[in-house]
Amino acid sequence: MTNWMLVAVLLGVMAVAYHLGLTRSRVMARAGNARRAAMHSRPGYYGALVALWCGLPAFLVFAVWNIAEPSLIRNAVVTMLSSEAGTMTSQQVGIAMQRIESIASGFGVAGDVTPVEAAAAAEMARLQAIGFYTKIALVMAIVLGGLVFAYRRIKPDFRARNHVEQIVRIAMFLASGVAILTTVGIVLSMVSETLRFFSFVSPLDFFFGTVWDPRFSTTGAAGGGYGILPLLSGTLLVSVVAMTVAVPVGLMTAIFLAEYATPRFRSIAKPVIEVLAGIPTIVYGVFALIVVGPFFSSVGAAIGLEIRATSALTAGFVMGIMLIPFISSLSDDIITQVPRSLRDASMGLGATRSETIRRVVLPAALPGVVGAVLLAASRAIGETMIVVLAAGNSPVLQGNPFEAVSTVTVTIVNQLTGDQDFASPQSLVAFALGLTLFVITLGLNVVALYIVRKYREQYD
Amino acid sequence: MNMANSQPGSMMTNTLGKAASQQMSREVTVSAQDVKVYYGDTQAIKGINLDIYRNEVIAFIGPSGCGKSTFLRVLNRMNDTIDGCRVEGKVTLDGEDIYDKSLDVVLLRARVGMVFQKPNPFPKSIFENIAYGPRLHGLASSKTDLEGIVESSLKRAGLWNEVKDRLDQPGTGLSGGQQQRLCIARTIAVSPEMILMDEPCSALDPIATAKVEELISELSREYTIAIVTHSMQQAARVSHRTAYFHLGDLIEVNATDKVFTQPEHELTEAYITGRFG
Amino acid sequence: MTTPNSKNAERLARVAASLKKRHAAEKRFRFFGVLASLLALSFVAIFFVSILSRGLPAFWQATFNLDVYFDPAIIEVEPRPVPNPGESPADFQQRDYAWQSQVGMVNWNRILENSLIALRPDLEDERRTLRSLFTSGERFALRDRFIENPDLLGQTVRLKLLADANVDVWIRGNIDRDLPDAQQQLSPRVRELADAFFATDALQMNFSTALLVNPDSRSSPASAGLGGAFMGSVYMILVVLFLSVPLAVAAAIYLEEFAPRNAITDLIEVNINNLAAVPSIVFGLLGAAVFINYLKMPLSAPLVGGLVLSLMTLPTVIIATRAALKAVPPSIRQAALGLGASKVQTVFHHVLPLAIPGVLTGAIIGVAQALGETAPLLLIGMSAFVSTIPGGPLEQSAALPVQIYLWQGNELRNFFEGRTAAAIIVLLALMLSMNALAIWLRKRFETRW
Repeated sequence: MTNWMLVAVLLGVMAVAYHLGLTRSRVMARAGNARRAAMHSRPGYYGALVALWCGLPAFLVFAVWNIAEPSLIRNAVVTMLSSEAGTMTSQQVGIAMQRIESIASGFGVAGDVTPVEAAAAAEMARLQAIGFYTKIALVMAIVLGGLVFAYRRIKPDFRARNHVEQIVRIAMFLASGVAILTTVGIVLSMVSETLRFFSFVSPLDFFFGTVWDPRFSTTGAAGGGYGILPLLSGTLLVSVVAMTVAVPVGLMTAIFLAEYATPRFRSIAKPVIEVLAGIPTIVYGVFALIVVGPFFSSVGAAIGLEIRATSALTAGFVMGIMLIPFISSLSDDIITQVPRSLRDASMGLGATRSETIRRVVLPAALPGVVGAVLLAASRAIGETMIVVLAAGNSPVLQGNPFEAVSTVTVTIVNQLTGDQDFASPQSLVAFALGLTLFVITLGLNVVALYIVRKYREQYD
Repeated sequence: MNMANSQPGSMMTNTLGKAASQQMSREVTVSAQDVKVYYGDTQAIKGINLDIYRNEVIAFIGPSGCGKSTFLRVLNRMNDTIDGCRVEGKVTLDGEDIYDKSLDVVLLRARVGMVFQKPNPFPKSIFENIAYGPRLHGLASSKTDLEGIVESSLKRAGLWNEVKDRLDQPGTGLSGGQQQRLCIARTIAVSPEMILMDEPCSALDPIATAKVEELISELSREYTIAIVTHSMQQAARVSHRTAYFHLGDLIEVNATDKVFTQPEHELTEAYITGRFG
Repeated sequence: MTTPNSKNAERLARVAASLKKRHAAEKRFRFFGVLASLLALSFVAIFFVSILSRGLPAFWQATFNLDVYFDPAIIEVEPRPVPNPGESPADFQQRDYAWQSQVGMVNWNRILENSLIALRPDLEDERRTLRSLFTSGERFALRDRFIENPDLLGQTVRLKLLADANVDVWIRGNIDRDLPDAQQQLSPRVRELADAFFATDALQMNFSTALLVNPDSRSSPASAGLGGAFMGSVYMILVVLFLSVPLAVAAAIYLEEFAPRNAITDLIEVNINNLAAVPSIVFGLLGAAVFINYLKMPLSAPLVGGLVLSLMTLPTVIIATRAALKAVPPSIRQAALGLGASKVQTVFHHVLPLAIPGVLTGAIIGVAQALGETAPLLLIGMSAFVSTIPGGPLEQSAALPVQIYLWQGNELRNFFEGRTAAAIIVLLALMLSMNALAIWLRKRFETRW
């Protein structure tokens, strides 16, 4: 609670600082007007600058302090505790510290308080009090320092606006750096965990192994097989099925809506189909599991074909449905970018509409469409929940779409959701799989985005 | 007027036809009767009657928005491709109603070709550009046949010498004037009876324009040509007859030199003397 | 004229000869177009029909409507303790807990049984069977009701009590009623009694709020609800709103309006475009490695989920915001700059306000994406079973999509299939209304230049 009060006080002080800066610059402006040009910036900027000088450093120190303090105090108390009560297991320490914290806060605990606990609690309360007052003193000193520093800099020729704008720019630049940071985080964390995994299993066995069977072993050594090929083949199978559904339907839908449909039909059908794009993948997974899977399996039974309810076909088909709006809206953009003059030229020569589309529009749009298909393929490869629910989870190297398969993404989920030790190869392999997935999809994306951009430039 | 249907070629009595002072046959090839065009609710053309004779060059002139391009597009039904466009009245080509339900628009466009304002070669090779039409319509019976058509079309468009060594290069790589002549060659390759040209030189520089105009005069020996132009000089240079359009009406049609020297209508006079445009 | 004419005729004959085939091809092509569009539309229809037909009935549950007598003979507890002067809060809390556990010891089942026996005195000897008609959570609901209001002692209250999940399945006919006893989930006597009570008003299919407000439950499936998952999702969305959206808008403004054309900017742009297409599960791996394993943040906490989802939605919102900024015509900027405004003033006073509808749309799309995402959450431990409603973003929690994942895997399949579909309806309703809001905002504030 006191922290929140401090935040409120800080905000209040910033408001006051703003006002001080504002008034001072106004006073100066009035005094200066008679002799020479007025202040460089509008009064608001002087106010804002003073407020920022006042608040920003203080908030930073405040935040760092709050992150560091609890663990510092805890360490101090734990050291004191173990010197007085002998060694304890980490679990015992945890329980003891909970009691001590409760005593120190004044809430008290049920039952008797041992002298050791009382002493520790008193020490903790003392440290907390010291910490609290030091924090307030420090923050207030910084606030005042900043205030005085900025306040004294207010002069007619002081470029307050440029300073404030510089701070805004830096803040925005840092915000856009978060994206870089994320990528760096992804790459670093996955590479380091993958390297740890490769200390258990050789990369050769991982990339070229044909058996996936990561057995649990108590010794910590890797048991069973860690070959990625069965997973890659499953991923490929599901993606191929998905693209077989999504590309023809999506592309033909885009063509029909762009070239044939009446404006009325288009204005209804387009948003309705795009609803498919907003449905969460877990929902598609359930749909596959309770509707599509049983349907395929009964169709298979009717025509004397053994189709499992959860299979590459089921997962791929539903994933294909998910990708239809993706393909169709991207293709639609690309097709409508082909200039009308080309269509006119073809129609003017006596081509039918479909001849114009097949011989002029599509070849002209081909690079863009290929880019869209690649982007869709990268989605299919990285899609998780549909395959988790509907692909059957059977990591065996085979090519029959009617059988259950497992994919890279399914395996990542399986390996990381059990109660496994984070340092075991069974868990670490998830990062090796994730890195493989990341590299594959990144490659596809880079190529696809490059093609699409080139295509856009062609008609800009 | 309905004689046009029963007796093509005997339209000497047509009042407009009298004005044509060229020493060519007076066989009517296209006849428009009371043509009206609507875009949605707005009427773009208000009832036009016009006969076009075989192997003549007729120029459509008039201020912007007068309906001359719209009328041109009526003649090979390119208006069909525009949403909300509606055509009333009767247009015959060699006595055949081109808006008749039984008429195949593909066939019509193979007979009446079109060249557009902006050069619009396909993003394919020069050869493929020319071969596009013949391939569509199955005009060539063999590969050599097709190559023959491509060569003769390019020759007739006066482009052969410039591109014969790079037929496999993209048509979009040519200069603006070359592109437009490529588009004309592409139209010729289908051997239409008539070519419609919608301001074919408006995107070209003067030298390229001169070449295209030369080509038009050359082509007029074999083809009937209707050309929409903004330039009165161009109309004077290339056409036999000139039709003046104003706000969706056909005001006057006559031999070109007559229109430019002794216009019958005061609106025409006002336009050619540059009082509006 | 004869030669050209005959040549012409031959040419036209050739064209005409090809026409039939070409028009057939045209028709075929068009047919495929129609077919594809209808297929796509019918997928939408099949999807919604199958989800709605399974999910909507699940909002109505087999419910007992009974007069429940809080019998003092059964509820033998002292009055609830009050704080004594001078007592430490810890001591009072302990006495209160002691009282509550005393209340918990009460045989609440007996009270439930009695309420049925009041209707059918002949069933006095079949208490065990009667008890199994109720879902086990109801006795705790009764206890909590009493703890909240001890004055109920000795009173009779008309209450709606949920029937056991299998009773619900039986009455609904979600299980084949002709199956032999060995394959039925209920004993013959329970089935008989359920039918008997259903024939009277005592057992009805009533709209139940349990599905919407209760937390998840394993021991009492009939009272399992989405309350906990909903709150978890709310916390995560708040994190995304307050973290991802401001960061993304700031980054977008920087990249669109301020960034110099140089290698760093190019790097950031390429990076953002690629990040937008990185599979979501990779963000889950990032969360597991960095937030959970390295920073030791708590498992299953909405805060961590929100952080992961924020990173995931960041590129989406950045791209949408940039598009909105790009749509503001340069003439606006030139006008402001021409009047002597600085670059920052131009952007914040003129460009950004005009782009706000687009920015809001992007933010909503990002939040909707975060709301429906499942895979990354599984990797940071949110697939754990949580039977409470989280009180804060650091407490254990599920999320709506994760709850769907958990329920679809429940063994009590013929009960949870409907509940899963109902949860899907809730999730879709939330997402669709968000999208509708985005569309409405765009329409409402759309500016045309």
